[in-house]
Amino acid sequence: MRIFLNDNAHDVDAATLAAALESLGFGGRKIATAVNGRFVAAAARPSTKLADGDRIEVIAPMQGG
Amino acid sequence: MFYGVDLSSRLLLGTARYPSPAILERAIKASGAEVVTVSLRREGGDARSGQSFWQFIQSLGLRVLPNTAGCHSVKEAVTTAHMARELFDTPWIKLEVIGDADTLQPDVFGLVEAARILSQDGFEVFPYTTEDLVVADRLVEAGCRVLMPWGAPIGSARGLNNVYGLKSLRAHFPDIPLVVDAGLGVPSHAAAAMELGYDAVLLNTAVAEAGDPVEMARAFALAVKAGRAAHLAQPLEPRDMAQPSTPVIGKAVLGGI
Repeated sequence: MRIFLNDNAHDVDAATLAAALESLGFGGRKIATAVNGRFVAAAARPSTKLADGDRIEVIAPMQGG
Repeated sequence: MFYGVDLSSRLLLGTARYPSPAILERAIKASGAEVVTVSLRREGGDARSGQSFWQFIQSLGLRVLPNTAGCHSVKEAVTTAHMARELFDTPWIKLEVIGDADTLQPDVFGLVEAARILSQDGFEVFPYTTEDLVVADRLVEAGCRVLMPWGAPIGSARGLNNVYGLKSLRAHFPDIPLVVDAGLGVPSHAAAAMELGYDAVLLNTAVAEAGDPVEMARAFALAVKAGRAAHLAQPLEPRDMAQPSTPVIGKAVLGGI
């Protein structure tokens, strides 16, 4: 299955958002996520199923004004 | 002062554009700020800059005000706010919905809509807005209990572009905390905002891009305190005519032609 994480294509065989994040090295990190433009809370990641072509946003804290 | 949280410092400081994290940390300390603004951006698989910044922010022990900088639509801003609430574990959100790329002027229509959605969802919204009174009214109606009008466009260092408008806003909303956000360049701009009776100022670039950010942070802190003290001391209104400060009564009559 091909997904796009922050616009980069990845081929993963993870069924859920939590599994995909784990396999792509984001496990345990301070991040927030959205799938296809919709916010997905951390608690909902294990139950969020992914489909081919899904667009995932992974964001982290940064400096701001 | 803000949503039931009392703060002793009236300066809110942004964390972007400093020469180094060490200078940022020293500037924050020199400013005396108890609230720092932060943002969120995409995190790469390898790059962990977000993780180290998060640890740095936690080590400060200050209150954070996440922003929705760079959002141009209501949907983007609302989704970003939800992500910020989870990341930073705070209901506070500095809501920016940008309407114009050159001036970074807020899209006040989108701003009001996003503010309503977020307020209803339990967020405590700090809207980055213009000095427009009617927009301010709508924001308060939408649930905002703080208003943050711009002094001038973000990063422009122009100071208070519309003193009359900012004064009117203060007069119309005596009980809503008002923060001049954006556009300040030098400490006298901050002092002027405080003299108008504003509750606080929020700045970033003026400190971060100064030749000596730490010293400039200290200068702004002093100016904010001076401006606040001046406001409480009830400044004179400007007059058209001169008025001698030295009493004339009892002056010697020495003649002359």
